[in-house]
Amino acid sequence: MKRIPLYRMAHARSGDKGDASNVGLIAYDDEGFRIIRSEVTAARVKTHFGGIVRGNVDRYEVANLRALNFILHDALGGGGSASLWTDAQGKTHGMALLRMEIDVPDDYRLPKIAGGGPADYPGPGAGGRPA
Amino acid sequence: MIRIANGQGFWGDSVDAPARLAREGPLDYLTLDYLAEVTMSIMQKLKRRDPTAGYATDFVDLMRRILPDLVEKDIRVVANAGGVNPQACLRAVLDAARNAGVRGLRVGVVLGDDILDRLGPLLAEGVTLANMDDGRPLSVIRDRVLAANVYISSFPIAQALQMGARIVLTGRCTDPGLVVGPMIHELGLAPDDCDRLAAGTVAGHIIECGAQCTGGNFSRWWEVKGWDHLGYPVVEMSEDGTFVVTKHEGTGGLVTVDTVAEQLLYEMGDPKGYITPDVVADFTSIRLDQDGPDRVKVSDVRGRPATDTCKVSIAYLAGYSATGQLTVSGPQAVEKARVAADALWGRLERAGMKYEETRTELLGAGVVHGAIAPPTAQPVEVILRVGVKDSDKNNVERFGREIAPLVTSGPPGITGFAGGRPRASEVIAFWPALIPKELVKTEVRVEEV
Repeated sequence: MKRIPLYRMAHARSGDKGDASNVGLIAYDDEGFRIIRSEVTAARVKTHFGGIVRGNVDRYEVANLRALNFILHDALGGGGSASLWTDAQGKTHGMALLRMEIDVPDDYRLPKIAGGGPADYPGPGAGGRPA
Repeated sequence: MIRIANGQGFWGDSVDAPARLAREGPLDYLTLDYLAEVTMSIMQKLKRRDPTAGYATDFVDLMRRILPDLVEKDIRVVANAGGVNPQACLRAVLDAARNAGVRGLRVGVVLGDDILDRLGPLLAEGVTLANMDDGRPLSVIRDRVLAANVYISSFPIAQALQMGARIVLTGRCTDPGLVVGPMIHELGLAPDDCDRLAAGTVAGHIIECGAQCTGGNFSRWWEVKGWDHLGYPVVEMSEDGTFVVTKHEGTGGLVTVDTVAEQLLYEMGDPKGYITPDVVADFTSIRLDQDGPDRVKVSDVRGRPATDTCKVSIAYLAGYSATGQLTVSGPQAVEKARVAADALWGRLERAGMKYEETRTELLGAGVVHGAIAPPTAQPVEVILRVGVKDSDKNNVERFGREIAPLVTSGPPGITGFAGGRPRASEVIAFWPALIPKELVKTEVRVEEV
């Protein structure tokens, strides 16, 4: 097994629904989807977000898009104009989930992602970390 | 094939994007989404002060600017710019058309979403409008209600188009409904045509946030080129309900299976049941295929019959809040910001102030991702951001007076106090409820200049 951050194998987007945020996590390939489906559980996401998510985490599968959809309850300090938090709409939760590190089989070939992002973000070619 | 674009994802989105969509390429319908829950309550407040206000004034400015293009290229517009005062918006648009010398233009308006004045009678009839999430009765907040709007179906939009309207204004319809309405009209969809209504709903969902499906907010942002002339989305809808998401030629941005998939999941709940007044769309049925550069084909969308209720969004006053910030330079920026924050809260406590909620953030030292991404080095500067919330407006105002003094009575090197004392602003909260469909009374009016 090797440990990698999710951003090497998936992409994400987040938004708000009242005082909950949602994070869509999309794997780049079928093997990656099999891995995130077993590794990125609702409980694990709840632990990852620590103090940010005060409620439960629900998880839905969207296999046709190789995606998981997470609902993070009570995660926005009240949500909308009722929140004092800088990220009152969960806009940054997608990027936060991509920082999660998971174990993948040694023979899992990381998807090729064009480089050019910040050193700690993309896959091959950037940040001195080959695929 | 019908070309439907979205040029506005919220009130405050790019003022140039819709004008560019009308000018830079082929188009049949331009949709514009101005409304968010909080927008409705702001508009309701504006209307209370001035009975001719309460709609998206940006829309009227836009119409003044692009009416000649719309007439020349035969582009129809569907916009929820009516806010809480669609009739005032209608009059403003008709005036703008007259002043521009346009004749023979029909403008339609959909009424009936605003039930603020019907709350009493509805409750008397036994409609509880209980909170969808926790079941509490509306009486808990009844005396603090600011706005109450039903998310109405897309069929009245189609009816206005049928009556010859070139511009259709609504209040609170669903965001995807701005796309579903034209589709119902063009393809003659019946309420039981679930798959095609679901396809229109999915198309609307993909483009309702403007550039968020054409490169905006995309995880691999470094692949997006031409940020300064980002193209806004255009849907090419076929008769069978399959469609292509694209953007006009020569514009910046990126439309790939990945950018579209991200937007499909945006603000998504249960992907099997995306409920609108028109249909229940199943997002687990959707197929995405790249169909050439900046073209994504969307097919296999399935839908189920709509439910017999409509969602109501009720806005109510939930106290007051204020936030303010200061920039704290290094060395030892984090330590100095902490001392400044402790001084602020200590001074307020000595002044006898108590708050229902307070917030202290050291932006730059790990806030939005919290413990997930602790800072790896001492930041060269941080922003100290503080906030309070309370039902007593005076307490909140008192907080606003305690920030500036830190510049001279705190640790050294604190700056960035601009814009004056933060004032207490109203906190608006939302109460989601359901109303039986047969109690929703919509009305369509079309007028001609």
